[in-house]
Amino acid sequence: MGERVYIFKGFERFWHWAQAGLIMFMMLTGFEIHGSYANFGFERAVNYHTIAAWTLVGLWVFAIFWHLTTGEWRHYIPTTEKVLVMARYYSSGIFRHEPHPFKPSQLNKHNPLQRLTYLGVLLFISPLIWITGWLYLFHADWLAWGLSSLRLEWVATGHTIGAFLMLAFFVSHIYLVTTGHTATAHIKAMITGWEES
Amino acid sequence: MGLNSLRQAAGLCLAGLLCLFSANTVAADAPRPLKLTTTADHSKFKELQREFQSGPDVTKACLSCHTEAAGQIHRTKHWKWEFLNPVSGQTLGKKSVLNNFCISVASNYSACTSCHVGYGWKDASFDFSVEENVDCLVCHDTTGIYKKPPGLAGNPVVKDTELPPGSGKIVKGIDITKVAQKVGKSSRDTCGSCHFFGGGGDGVKHGDLDSSMAAPDKELDVHMDATGLDFTCATCHKTSSHDVAGSRYTPTAMDKEGAHVRGKEDKSNPATCVSCHDNTPHKKDERLNQHATKLACQTCHIPEFARGGVATKMSWDWSKAGERDAEGKQITRKDAKGRIIYESRKGAFELGENVRPEYFWFNGDVNYTLVTDKIDKPDGVTRINWLGGSPTDGKSMIWPVKVFRGSQPYDPENKTLVKPHTAGNDDTGYWKNLVWDKAIETGMKDAGLPFSGKVDFVKTEMFWPITHMVAPKEKALACSECHSKNGRLAGIQGVYIPGRDANPLVDRLGWGIALLSLIGSLGHGLMRFAARRKH
Repeated sequence: MGERVYIFKGFERFWHWAQAGLIMFMMLTGFEIHGSYANFGFERAVNYHTIAAWTLVGLWVFAIFWHLTTGEWRHYIPTTEKVLVMARYYSSGIFRHEPHPFKPSQLNKHNPLQRLTYLGVLLFISPLIWITGWLYLFHADWLAWGLSSLRLEWVATGHTIGAFLMLAFFVSHIYLVTTGHTATAHIKAMITGWEES
Repeated sequence: MGLNSLRQAAGLCLAGLLCLFSANTVAADAPRPLKLTTTADHSKFKELQREFQSGPDVTKACLSCHTEAAGQIHRTKHWKWEFLNPVSGQTLGKKSVLNNFCISVASNYSACTSCHVGYGWKDASFDFSVEENVDCLVCHDTTGIYKKPPGLAGNPVVKDTELPPGSGKIVKGIDITKVAQKVGKSSRDTCGSCHFFGGGGDGVKHGDLDSSMAAPDKELDVHMDATGLDFTCATCHKTSSHDVAGSRYTPTAMDKEGAHVRGKEDKSNPATCVSCHDNTPHKKDERLNQHATKLACQTCHIPEFARGGVATKMSWDWSKAGERDAEGKQITRKDAKGRIIYESRKGAFELGENVRPEYFWFNGDVNYTLVTDKIDKPDGVTRINWLGGSPTDGKSMIWPVKVFRGSQPYDPENKTLVKPHTAGNDDTGYWKNLVWDKAIETGMKDAGLPFSGKVDFVKTEMFWPITHMVAPKEKALACSECHSKNGRLAGIQGVYIPGRDANPLVDRLGWGIALLSLIGSLGHGLMRFAARRKH
């Protein structure tokens, strides 16, 4: 057994898994609303999707507070250092069983590619989904808000683009979980908080 | 226990005393029981204390008190059967328009005017200025015995009469004196005596009006529910000076005026849903009020029409008319439920119950192909009336409509629709003789219109917005009825409907990216797995 590092704190793990559950549920209901398949039925899908959205809003209020007050937000500051090293590892080193070039620590828990990806999700996909989602929710108030020239079609299309990007992220994320020092190292870390290296 | 029974006995005595006391009070001071919702019991009027001989005879008595009533009626569509559409400039009204049911009034007056609010309109020479020719009873009868059989130009049968003459069938006379003495407010029955039977039979024309609406339950109509709200027609079609609100020629497709309030001058149509329910009727879900800016209330709240057990006609093919059996007699065919689907004199019908409406953008404009208009495409479908509307004109809502399809005679030379003489016990009436050219010649002559002598058939459509038979709110359309591929609004342009619509490019790219992520991940994983085996 190698050394163990405690990198994901209790709240962080709760946040991750609650958010994971909510996002999966919202993809399930969201693509039903989109007309991709029938599962709950349109009305229930809309209601569930809305409830999950507000739940996620609540979760984010806590998460943002936590990140700001603990300084954990610094883990999302992008860096170019070792980006190429990481890319080379994923594209060739991993097949030759070279050692993982990144050692997570409490001060630096995400590898540079993770940092960039999560920042991208945070700065691009999330705002796209949130803004269009809120507009969608408050469609009835557009006129009162002076948004008479806004069209539902644009908002819905934007929301759908966000959803597809989130789906692509989700698929990749699930796979990349297995690319730690061992295949289960990452997932264990997100469950117990401790990462072995 | 002894104490208890003593208490009970005392209580009973007291109750008994109270009963006696109150009974005495009622007998002494109580007002007479309320019998009517009006201040007048017409059976007590001396003007009506005599035997009446005819309809006009009754009307004269009515007018001796209700001095202005006939004049009021004379101004209405109910009387004139004429309406000048202020938007299109077209002269409409039953007198002028034709339809794809029994086609036209011209030359068939005696039959058609059994639904005229008057007496004696038997031909084009009818004098519309005669006051006693107004029929008060057809709207104000409360007995249910007042009837105006076709063929008598709107007159009731007051003495036993052979009808049609020479047929040997005796129609029993009604007690018109009793009808006159029992007049009251209009009711679902009085309005329904004509409007339930439009098109020549129960439920034929409208689909949302038939005899099941005389005493509907809540499922059939929440407002008219006979054991609930018990609306009459006039509750919504609020009538002023005998002018009944509501119109099929100039309907209110979008009512922006909100609910009518006492004390506030409201010139808008009082028969719309909004005139009571306001523009934001959904209290729990603002999203539904948002829907109500694009959808007529009727679209969600009348999921199907002809729900009361009476079938409505959905199509009428006059070109199939004219068959005779081996003996040369007219024939009738019925479907498995015993409903007529073929008559030699009328042609072939399709019937429908619990019919899902078709949906259209509708802005209230109704245009007609009149008998004087040329038919552009004899091979295509001629719309006898059509609804104006578009998603972008700011005046349209999505409405449920009964589309009535048919095939009917036209003049291929003059390229016009025609008005055949159908009803009538004479040499040219189609229903008796089954000969088209003679029937059309008579009808067109009566209407003062040219006819080439040639007859062919043209496909026609009519559009009837659906507005009655409002279901309980639990039975309103579920979201998925429209929010789905191939849902009810599949053909509606100009609105983005989640669940129905999607940008195809975004969908293709989106699924593509997700699939690529999956393939990339699987490929990467497979290579790792293979490398591990090799190692």
